[in-house]
Amino acid sequence: MKSRKPSIPYIIWMVIFTMIPIVMIGYTAFTDKNGNFSLVSFSKAFQYTDVFLKSLWIALLSTAICLFISYPFAYMITRMKASSQNTVIMLMMIPMWMNFLLRIYAWVTLLQNNGPIDMALSLLGINGTYIGNFSAVVLGMVYEYLPFMVLPIYTVMSKIDPGLIEAAQDLGSNNYSIFKNVLLPLSVPGIISGITMVFVPSASTFLVAQYLGGPNDIMIGDIIDKIFWTDQNTGSAISLILMILIFIFLIIMNLFGDEEAIA
Amino acid sequence: MKKLISIILIAIISASITACLSGCGNSTEGEVNVYNWGEYIANGEDGIMDVIDEFEKQTNIKVNYTTYETNEELYNMLKNSNVSYDVIIPSEYMISKLINENMLLELDYDNIPNYKYIMERFKKLDCDPESRYTVCYSWGVTAMVYDKTKVKSKPTSWDALWNKDLSGQILMFNNSRDAMAISMQLCNINPSNCTKDDIDKAAAKLSEQKPLLKKYVMDQVFTEMENSQAAIAPYYAGDIVTMMENNKNLDFAMPEDGANLFYDAMCIPKCSKNKENAEKFINFMQDPKIAAENFKYLYYATPNSETYDKYLDEDIKNNELIFPSDEYLDKCYVFTNVPDDVYSYMQEQFVKIQAD
Repeated sequence: MKSRKPSIPYIIWMVIFTMIPIVMIGYTAFTDKNGNFSLVSFSKAFQYTDVFLKSLWIALLSTAICLFISYPFAYMITRMKASSQNTVIMLMMIPMWMNFLLRIYAWVTLLQNNGPIDMALSLLGINGTYIGNFSAVVLGMVYEYLPFMVLPIYTVMSKIDPGLIEAAQDLGSNNYSIFKNVLLPLSVPGIISGITMVFVPSASTFLVAQYLGGPNDIMIGDIIDKIFWTDQNTGSAISLILMILIFIFLIIMNLFGDEEAIA
Repeated sequence: MKKLISIILIAIISASITACLSGCGNSTEGEVNVYNWGEYIANGEDGIMDVIDEFEKQTNIKVNYTTYETNEELYNMLKNSNVSYDVIIPSEYMISKLINENMLLELDYDNIPNYKYIMERFKKLDCDPESRYTVCYSWGVTAMVYDKTKVKSKPTSWDALWNKDLSGQILMFNNSRDAMAISMQLCNINPSNCTKDDIDKAAAKLSEQKPLLKKYVMDQVFTEMENSQAAIAPYYAGDIVTMMENNKNLDFAMPEDGANLFYDAMCIPKCSKNKENAEKFINFMQDPKIAAENFKYLYYATPNSETYDKYLDEDIKNNELIFPSDEYLDKCYVFTNVPDDVYSYMQEQFVKIQAD
């Protein structure tokens, strides 16, 4: 019992700021305005199925792109000498010291018509609109959450004993099989936590789509925000469904992770 | 050792900040808790007076100033949380709601002598016909702002926002009440009060508009219009003036059949604990000189006749956008409080348009 004492502050924190709000959301979702039991909110929530799917799709896509960029990048960092590793990690963290909204605003300025990117490309004879569409939203998401993918993968990879790679080389493995049989399995925990840390917030985020997207790019987070103005019950129901979807996703991820670890 | 030093430093810094926050303003004359819209008071920028600071200096009353973004946020704070505000500045429809639900205190107008300066039009407000609860703070109309390089002729009606030639360059209110009101006007429905049927019609009209839009915006309208990213947008008159100052290609257009006349008024909620100070604050805000300073920052029209007569430049007084003629104002409509279920329905329909 003695060992549990240090976790008491955290438990108190969790009960007050996590457990109680979730219970309140659950209660609000299953009641109507007058506090009677009702499932109306859920039937209303399912009117937004398309937006649910779209948000999950955007989140998945952003997560996949983040993973695709981060994995080789994280590996590259581990190969550098220690001082450069710190510098690169530092450079990656610095933008995160700035407010999230400011960074999105910066992208608005970069991508807007006659903005720097548009100017540069039109000099090359390419004309187009780079903001107010689906790709701009995904770009914004990837930018926003990339560090959350790089850091866990980097942390796990830097702990891999170089001796293991050398051993594999001694035993005649080529680069591909070193990657497949040594590096990848050992870095799975980092990948899993990276995916979790990118997917979960990006599925529920709001404002990014409002700033970088067009009238059709609305995410479930924006819907919750708006619906909450007048209808807390439906807002709670949507939030609850989103939580359940994310929870299911996390369970699947963990199953996948365990299998890999065993193999 | 280094770590220890930095921990101690952080502790000292945070302790001094908290000490300052809690202890800096122990004045003898008590305090007043003001809850206002964000960026809705002159704050000392651009060489304009810091109105709150001035009030504190003159009266020795400490002002605790906090802000909200929407009327609904204000309502939820008053209704659901255990806070005490002394002065709030809601909009007309929210005032009716607060009066209906018995959430405001009656003002003692003897303590607010500057009330005599308020223009007649803004004395007996529709939401407070007997003038018992309110002192108007500022007012304005909705209008269109457009880019002269992109829109060839000056629009005369809201239907310019449905103009197919401007497809992809039109912005629209990202706010159900304002967006629906514009749509209702075009459907010949009076937007000041509405039924669910009216909302359905307006929603259908807004769905037609969606494919032509660049975006639904609120505050983003400033960057969009000032950086010539869009051709036309509806917004509030005072803000259009600001946009026009920052981009010479912008001009305003007022729909000929009128627009929404909105106003915000200062009230004292039931939870107030410093009513006297609140009345002093309200009176101070309508001091002609203070109201003039505040106007220079806001560009929302002032209801203070003395300010208008004595402190404003001719070109501002003659600006049809800031101070529309009485004739035009008579054509405008004022929002009233719609029942909760209707308002909720409106919001839901508006979200659905966006979700489709």
